[in-house]
Amino acid sequence: MTADLTRATAAELAARIANREVSAVEVAQAHLDRIGEVDGAVNAFLHVDTEGALNAARKVDEDIAAGAHVGPLAGVPIALKDVLTTEGVPTTVGSKILEGWIPPYDATVTRRLKEAGLVILGKTNMDEFAMGSSTENSAYGPTRNPWDTDRIPGGSGGGSAAALAAFEAPLSIGTDTGGSIRQPGAVTGTVGVKPTYGGVSRYGLVAFSSSLDQAGPCARTVLDAALLHEVIAGYDPMDSTSIDAPVPPVVAAAREGANGDLSGVRVGVVTQFSGEGYQPGVLRSFEAAVAQLKQLGAEVVEVSCPSFDYALPAYYLIAPSEASSNLARFDAMRYGIRVGDDGTRSAEEVMSLTREAGFGPEVKRRIMIGTYALSSGYYDAYYGSAQKVRTLISRDFDAAFATVDVLVSPTTPTTAFPIGERTNDPMAMYKADLCTIPANLAGNAAMSVPSGLSDEDGLPVGLQIMAPALQDHRMYRVAAAYEVARDAALGAPVISGVPQLAGVAR
Amino acid sequence: MPSISRDEVAHLARLARLAVTDDELDLFAGQLDVILQSVATVGDIATADIPPTSHAVPLTNVFREDVVRPSLGQQQALAGAPAAEDGRFRVPRILGEEA
Repeated sequence: MTADLTRATAAELAARIANREVSAVEVAQAHLDRIGEVDGAVNAFLHVDTEGALNAARKVDEDIAAGAHVGPLAGVPIALKDVLTTEGVPTTVGSKILEGWIPPYDATVTRRLKEAGLVILGKTNMDEFAMGSSTENSAYGPTRNPWDTDRIPGGSGGGSAAALAAFEAPLSIGTDTGGSIRQPGAVTGTVGVKPTYGGVSRYGLVAFSSSLDQAGPCARTVLDAALLHEVIAGYDPMDSTSIDAPVPPVVAAAREGANGDLSGVRVGVVTQFSGEGYQPGVLRSFEAAVAQLKQLGAEVVEVSCPSFDYALPAYYLIAPSEASSNLARFDAMRYGIRVGDDGTRSAEEVMSLTREAGFGPEVKRRIMIGTYALSSGYYDAYYGSAQKVRTLISRDFDAAFATVDVLVSPTTPTTAFPIGERTNDPMAMYKADLCTIPANLAGNAAMSVPSGLSDEDGLPVGLQIMAPALQDHRMYRVAAAYEVARDAALGAPVISGVPQLAGVAR
Repeated sequence: MPSISRDEVAHLARLARLAVTDDELDLFAGQLDVILQSVATVGDIATADIPPTSHAVPLTNVFREDVVRPSLGQQQALAGAPAAEDGRFRVPRILGEEA
C-alpha cells in the first residue's frame, strides 16, 4: 500500500485524496518513510520538514472533510530546491555561506504551493548557488543518481530530479539558468520544464544570474508537470520581470497531446546539436524519438541555428558576470556566516575571509571570471560580445519559429557520467549544458522528456522540446503525445526501469 | 588569444573580496586561462553592427502603488545577522586605524 502511494502520479494522488480514498497525511507519511529508507543512499534532501509536511497534510484533510474546494494538487507532496526561500525552514543554496540561515519570508513559488495545498516535504540538494551540472558542487556532499548511485544526477537541480527517480516525491521544483532543470531531468529519466522567462516569479529565488534564472516544475509525467506549472506560474508584482499575461494553457495542452495526434504540428530538428561530442546511444535514442513524432503525424524538418554553437561561450560570460554582481550581497554583514571578526580586522578583511571560507571553488571561479569580463578594458571583448551573441541566438530562434512550431534536440550530449569524472575539468563539465543554454539566453520555453534508455549503457536519455516565449503549451502537447507513444513502444514508462536501490526494500 | 597570469588572478580575487590561498591561485590561474580562452570565441561572430541584448524580455520601469504594506519587522530583519547590537547590525570597523 505504501509503495503504491510513492509510485503513483501526482494526478492520481490528488484524485485519491480529494475523494477521501486515502488521506493527505497517509500520503505524506508514506513519502517521509521512503525518504527515511533511501535518502542515505541518494542524498537528495538537505532538509526534511517532517512536522511542517504533516501539518500541511492535516490541514488539507480537514479542508476536504469540511467540504471546502481544494486545488487540483491539494495534498500532493513536493520537494523544493534549496534555492527558494521558505519561512522558518533552512535555505542554504547548497552553500556553506548560508549554513543555518532561516529565511524570514516565503518565495512566491513557496507561497503559491502552500496556498494550493501542496505538502512541502523538504529542501533538495543542489550545486552551490546553482552553479554546476552534477550536484557535486554542493557544500553538503553530492546527490547520487538512483539509476546508478556511482553516477551524477545532473545539476544544478540534481536533488530535485533524484527525489523523483527515487520515489521520494512525485513532484519537485527546480530552477533553470542554463539547463539546471532539464539536464537533471534527462539523466534521471524524469520530466523537467523551464517555463518562458518571466512566467514564474523569481521573488525569493536566491539570484545566480537574474536575466536567466527561471523556476519550473519537475515530475515523472508530462501531465503532472503541467498541473504543477499552472500552480506556480503567473504574474507577480514582487518580480519586476514577471510577465503580466495569462498563464499558457499547459494542462489542457498536455491532455490534448495525450490523445496521441500531432497532425499539423511542425517539428524542427536543430542540426547543430549532434555529431562530435555526442554519445552514439544518445543520438540513437533521439533519432528514435523523432521517428515516433513523425508516426504521431508531426511534420519533421531540419533547422539550422548557426549561432547556437556560440551559446555556451556566451553563457559562460553572461552568467558569471551577473553572478559576480549578485553574489556581492554575501558580505558577512546582514545574513549568513561571518569569519575572522576578531575585533581588530576591518569589515573588508572579514568580508574577504568569510567569502573565502563560505564559497566553494566553482563559485569562486565564476565570480572571478565575471569580475574579469566586466572590468574596463575587457568589457567589450567579453561581456559586450556575449550580449551580441545573445541577440543572434534570439534571431535564430525567431527565424526557426517562423517555419516550425517547436524545435527538438537531445537535452544533453551524454548520459549520466560517473561522480568525480569532470570535477577537475570545468570546461568538460560546462559542455553538459550545450543544448539547453540557447533557450535561457533567448528566454523562450523548453523542457526535457525521457526518450528511453541509451542502448550502450542502459541509462536514461532526454528529448528536449523548445517552444517560443509564452507558447509553453505547444511543447506540453508534443511531449504528452510523445510520452504515450514512447510508453506504448517500450511497454512501460521509462521511470519504471529504475533499479532497486542497494540495501533498500522496494 | 588571451592569457591570464597568476598575478592577474590574485588581483581579481582582491577585487572580488576573496582571500584565496596560494594553492588556489595556482589552480585557478590555469583553469581561468582555459575557460577564458574558450569563451573568447564569442568575438568570432560578435560584429560591430549587432545590437547587444541584456535581457530576453524587454525591460520597462515597473511602478507599484504608493501605499504602505507590511514588511519585515526589526527582529525578523536581524534574525539572520551574524552579529546584532542595540537592534542594529553590528559590523567590524570600516575605517583603518590611521584613517
